Amino acid sequence: MLSRVANSIYWLNRYIERAENVARFIDVNLNLMLDLPSGVSQQWKPLVVTTGDIKFFEDRYGEATAENVIQFLTFDLEYPNSILSCLRFARENARSIREIISSEMWEEVNTFYHMVQEAAVNNGHHNVSNLFQQLFFHVKFASHRFAGVMDATMSHNEGWHFGQLGRLIERADKKARILDVKYYILLPSAQLVGTPLDQIQWIALLKSASAYEMYRKYQHRIIPASVAEFMILNREFPRSISFCVQEAERCLHQITGTPVGTWCNGAERSLGQLCAKLGYITIQDIIDNGLHEFLDGFQKELNAVDDQISATFFSLSPLVSELPMNRQVQTLTW
Amino acid sequence: MKLETYDPTGYYDELFASKGEPRASAKPLIDWINTLQPGDLRRSQEAAQIALFKLGVTFNVYSDNEGIEKVFPFDIIPRIISAQDWKALEPGLRQRITALNLFLDDIYNEQRILNDGVVPRHIIESAPGFLKPCMGLKPPGGVWCHITGTDLVRDRDGQWYVLEDNLRVPSGISYVLENRRVLKSTFPSVFQTMAVQAIDDYPSHLLETLLSLAPDQLPNPTVAVLTPGIYNSAYYEHSFLAQQMGVELIEGRDLVVLDGYLQMRTTKGPRRVDVVYRRLDDIFLDPTAFNPDSLLGVPGLMDVYRAGRVALANAPGTGVADDKVVYAFVPEMIRYYLGEDPILPNVPTYLCWRDKDRDHVLQNLETLVVKSANEAGGYGMLVGSQSTAAERAEFAEKIQARPRNYIAQPILCLSQVPTLVGEGNEIAGRHVDLRPYILHRGDEVYVHPGGLTRVALKEGSLVVNSSQGGGAKDTWVLTD
Repeated sequence: MLSRVANSIYWLNRYIERAENVARFIDVNLNLMLDLPSGVSQQWKPLVVTTGDIKFFEDRYGEATAENVIQFLTFDLEYPNSILSCLRFARENARSIREIISSEMWEEVNTFYHMVQEAAVNNGHHNVSNLFQQLFFHVKFASHRFAGVMDATMSHNEGWHFGQLGRLIERADKKARILDVKYYILLPSAQLVGTPLDQIQWIALLKSASAYEMYRKYQHRIIPASVAEFMILNREFPRSISFCVQEAERCLHQITGTPVGTWCNGAERSLGQLCAKLGYITIQDIIDNGLHEFLDGFQKELNAVDDQISATFFSLSPLVSELPMNRQVQTLTW
Repeated sequence: MKLETYDPTGYYDELFASKGEPRASAKPLIDWINTLQPGDLRRSQEAAQIALFKLGVTFNVYSDNEGIEKVFPFDIIPRIISAQDWKALEPGLRQRITALNLFLDDIYNEQRILNDGVVPRHIIESAPGFLKPCMGLKPPGGVWCHITGTDLVRDRDGQWYVLEDNLRVPSGISYVLENRRVLKSTFPSVFQTMAVQAIDDYPSHLLETLLSLAPDQLPNPTVAVLTPGIYNSAYYEHSFLAQQMGVELIEGRDLVVLDGYLQMRTTKGPRRVDVVYRRLDDIFLDPTAFNPDSLLGVPGLMDVYRAGRVALANAPGTGVADDKVVYAFVPEMIRYYLGEDPILPNVPTYLCWRDKDRDHVLQNLETLVVKSANEAGGYGMLVGSQSTAAERAEFAEKIQARPRNYIAQPILCLSQVPTLVGEGNEIAGRHVDLRPYILHRGDEVYVHPGGLTRVALKEGSLVVNSSQGGGAKDTWVLTD
């Protein structure tokens, strides 16, 4: 498979998954804010802080009001990680590999992009919070639909595995960030830990990750450490961090044909190390060393895995150094 | 929906012999349209247009940074060509392509036709499409132009004329195939009664043509379509053709010359490419041989090509025959190389570098179409009868400054086809041309039945190019 094509299908899936997770990310905050007692001021700045793009945001918008933050993360085309930007890049990638993916996949991406694009045009004409809740619902669903269509209509060949790899890595990364939001929300008022409000927030978090029902079956009570364990280490829940990286490892080895547990390139080695670490750590270890610190470290290691994947499979530099490269927009930290 | 009042008087109409009287070939279609309710056609057309947009069957209109995607406007009423008419066209097209191919092989090698003075040497040497780096090349099987799109028109009396030949990278076949797909789902019943020739096998013929170029003894040659990328106006077509043939779609940045071969970079290392259907203009193919500023092509590609280690379709250098001055000599080429009379006439053409022709052109601008020899897309032309005095003065100056660059032709009265116009259900005649696609495999020349019918959607307009507000119609060639 052409390196450019592998790169495009990897990023096509990352961008779709990213759009979905940005929607989840805002949604978790919308839900948290709705449940705040009156008198407690809303916090939207932490959302931008966790993206790592706070400076870019402040230069463009100034104050972190709900409206500004949502506009920034949803429709801002100058911001490469907004939902609309992600879908535009996803569509460009899909367009450049239309002959590789199924036409159903292309139609799904095309419709998805036009749906959000239309919402951006209509933005401001409607009841805003209502519009956004509906929009985020549709974004999440369109992302699921894309994954389903891809699964059902494309041969499970090398290209498909690259796509899965992109989606799983993106999902693991964003799951870490969504968990981190909770940490930031609570940071200014440590006395709220353990209160009913704290519990409501963990529930909102689980719901935003579509994990609430599955969590209840696994562990009936809402216990913060258990919620974190479920979202990070559960081996059966498809949106847990551990599940995502183990699956990603399987895809990577399907591509190369190397047995899992061994390695033949930097990508396999760095992902294997990360999987081993997650496979043998306990939630108590994580909490003892700090949840935020763990999540931060995990994101860095995952970035290293992504770098290795690029270098191993997509890198165009060794052969055509004088020509411009196919640079995906990934300059920002998430 | 009644077409009884449709009046084609004054023009050659492709579907009607006279008011209220459909041609025999079109009668079942017209009868069927007459049974429709008002609004049915318009609704079908809108549904078709939405379907095409969703499928992304679009072309790009260039703007400052990104292309704007547009659906190629599409008219739901097809154009019909009788079996008899088609049989008259096919041998004419074959003859023309055969002669053009011999011409290309000759001017890049022995140059007999120039030495014998049949075509003036200075015309060829001053043609921007004549590429010196191609001198002495011998493409596989002696074929230079594998894929041609030749534009035809019919005049007021129904006579066919060749308007121009497109020998570099003719576009449009994907719209032909997609429009047919849409019409089949819109008018299934009509297809069953009318014996329309099927066209879905074009990708198979194209693939066979490309495979025939692969070096002998290669068990499983790698064929690829080379595109400038997603912002090219015809990108949809490039990706469509690659997909329909099941071959790779590549860009210049995927390619590199390595160990004397053209190779594409894959996730498992470099892999040889044997046949390239290039949808890039000649001068972008290889910055070391042609335009050094181009980033689209592959440095060293021409060396690999010269060594016979990769085949290119069409061969570089074919663009010389797209020059409208060279076009004027095609009838001479047919006589010279084949010893035959041309079956399909050219439009009579005045060549402004000839003093006598130029004087005539300058004195009769109002009744002529003036065209720049090397522009496409309906740019750089003057339709005398629809021009202002200022525009004519401007063209007169241009012609005098660079006579080699201009030709003029009488204004033909292009044939028309009933077309849905305005916002409602009105049907009126609109002018059309026809671009059939011809594949040259050396031992065989295949003419694809039908082709792209372009329609000038503006009332009275003779310019059918999509960049000038033209649209397309499905073209039905009937079987006997």
